[in-house]
Amino acid sequence: MTNKIRRPWAGMTLATVVLASLGAAGMPAPMVVLTGLAWLASLWIPRMGAGESAVRTPTARTDHEALARAAMCAALEQVGLAIVLMRGHRIIAANAAARAEFGAHIVGQDARVALRHPDAVKLLYLADGGSVTIRGLSSSGSLWQLTRQRIDERYWTIELRDRSAEADIGRAHTDFVANASHELRTPLSAIIGYVETLAEDPGRVDADTTARFLGIVLREARRMQSLVADLMSLSQLEAEKHDVPTDHIDLALLAARVVGEFPPGMVSTGQSSGPRVVLLRPDEPNSPIGAIGDTKQLEQMLRNLIDNALKYGDSARPVEVSLARGKRGMAMITVRDHGTGIAPDHLPHLTRRFYRTDPGRSRAAGGTGLGLAIVKHIVERHRGKLDISSTLGEGTQVTIHLPFSSPAAPPASKPASKSVSQPGERVDQTAAPANATLTNEILPGAKAPKAIAGPVS
Amino acid sequence: MVAEHMAKAFDEEITQLRGLIAEMGGLAELAISESMEALVKGSQSLADSVIARDLRIDALEQDVDKLAIQIIALRAPMADDLREVIASLKIAGILERIGDYAKNIAKRSGKIDGREAFEPLTLIPAMSEIAEEMVHDVLTAYAARDSALAQEVMERDAKVDGFYDAIFRNLVSFMVERPATITTAAQLLFVARNLERIGDHATNVAEQVYFAATGDYLGDRAERPEN
Repeated sequence: MTNKIRRPWAGMTLATVVLASLGAAGMPAPMVVLTGLAWLASLWIPRMGAGESAVRTPTARTDHEALARAAMCAALEQVGLAIVLMRGHRIIAANAAARAEFGAHIVGQDARVALRHPDAVKLLYLADGGSVTIRGLSSSGSLWQLTRQRIDERYWTIELRDRSAEADIGRAHTDFVANASHELRTPLSAIIGYVETLAEDPGRVDADTTARFLGIVLREARRMQSLVADLMSLSQLEAEKHDVPTDHIDLALLAARVVGEFPPGMVSTGQSSGPRVVLLRPDEPNSPIGAIGDTKQLEQMLRNLIDNALKYGDSARPVEVSLARGKRGMAMITVRDHGTGIAPDHLPHLTRRFYRTDPGRSRAAGGTGLGLAIVKHIVERHRGKLDISSTLGEGTQVTIHLPFSSPAAPPASKPASKSVSQPGERVDQTAAPANATLTNEILPGAKAPKAIAGPVS
Repeated sequence: MVAEHMAKAFDEEITQLRGLIAEMGGLAELAISESMEALVKGSQSLADSVIARDLRIDALEQDVDKLAIQIIALRAPMADDLREVIASLKIAGILERIGDYAKNIAKRSGKIDGREAFEPLTLIPAMSEIAEEMVHDVLTAYAARDSALAQEVMERDAKVDGFYDAIFRNLVSFMVERPATITTAAQLLFVARNLERIGDHATNVAEQVYFAATGDYLGDRAERPEN
């Protein structure tokens, strides 16, 4: 250490001279010695500091900066928002979300290469940064909001926020009214057309044609009726979206009842008289599966799914409805058909209102285009999960997971508030406690403990 | 990836060159989509802005030319650097042509009559979408130096050609049936032709991207022995 640091000869000499003269001037000897020591020490301190910093300053600062930047990149890496760090116009780092959206190649490139859109390029040239919203940045139809912010004189960040989903939602609401009126107008114009023909000159249309026309009018009127009914249930569902249902029901009974509604026999082909819908219980065939839900809605949900499966499935093979206790306290209802299946491109959109993979076929089968949208809303209200999977040529499978409770026995006399305040005491330890806790977790606001408190059969 | 260059200035110049190309590409993409929107909606102001913005593409092409020549003259690049510069020079020329075709579509948008009742007008945006996507993806391939994507874009040109044939037949039969629409239909024929050319040019860019990335020419790759 000492050989690296030059001794401050000049300072030492000066100190000695000053102290000697102070001593000569009549200062007390201990004071002179103390001052001298302090002086000498003070001569070394800046030297050592200077010596160190003289050697290290540039690297220390870069190390420090690099460390800070690495820490910042690590912190931003997993942020859901796409963020890129830039030096001048060059991208020097991009977090995982940005790389996933724009490709890993953007790191190290000019930002224009990564973003390319003229509005984005304009943003890059703005002296103070700013924010722009750009349509079609990553793919056509996507909507992105870019915000460019300055960190210091060289570094900038760009934050890229995907607004496509929000734009979709906004568009969906305006589309809905337009779609609904369009859907209502189609049967209405058919009805008006046929009735006009019949009314204009009653004598000129023969009886057969009249009967045929009236049949069409009736069919179209029924279609309007079911459409209006679907629209009503949809708006009802929207309204009570946040109220958790409270009825205690047995899913096994409910499924058997709905399946029983569908008469046996192949109506379309008339070939076979076997059941068109079969209910399967792979586990514990006769035990009830209790759940908390809205009976009418769950029936409608199952009816819609079976209806769809019958419409689009292979008419020679029955639709399979299976019911089982799944994992994590969820009952599993599966409706499977053996039809042509649905192309993967359509799957994400199936629950959208009036979305049809094949409009002509759907209308011919009397579909309103709202069936799956209603199913989705019902499942959401019951805090369940809806999965649709399909293989082209093999068929489609819709799976619904609903939270189930322990076997239903509604204790109407028990005050709900008490049960809620002490749920732990009321859990029967012989009944599956894991299910009970899970039900509590899944239905935090529901009166689930009431069901748990009931006796176990 | 291009290795870090010892001369930082050279690296900066290559980055700048790529940035210019990307900027041109972005403008060309926007020109296609906006000219199509102007055509379908009959918006004259949108068409005018497409036409005005084409000047910027032309100016950028000159910038690319100057910079590429400067790099070749001063830095004497070799191997992949040289390919990069040559490919950029060619791509700039192609993108400028794509911009011109889009401008031409915008110019024709004012000459379409009876937009609402003109059935072939619904086919053209579908064709434009494919051509636009080709341009978009080939520019992404350029940015990522992704030769596989470039090759995939080339294969898509057949779809645009198929669309062109379908629209051509459709328009001709339309003209035969309704002679009053001949002016409009003829304009649309040229629009379809322009889109078909845009597809071809996207393939040309793809060839250059492939060349810059691998050093091989896509056209005669099959004849070459594996090495």
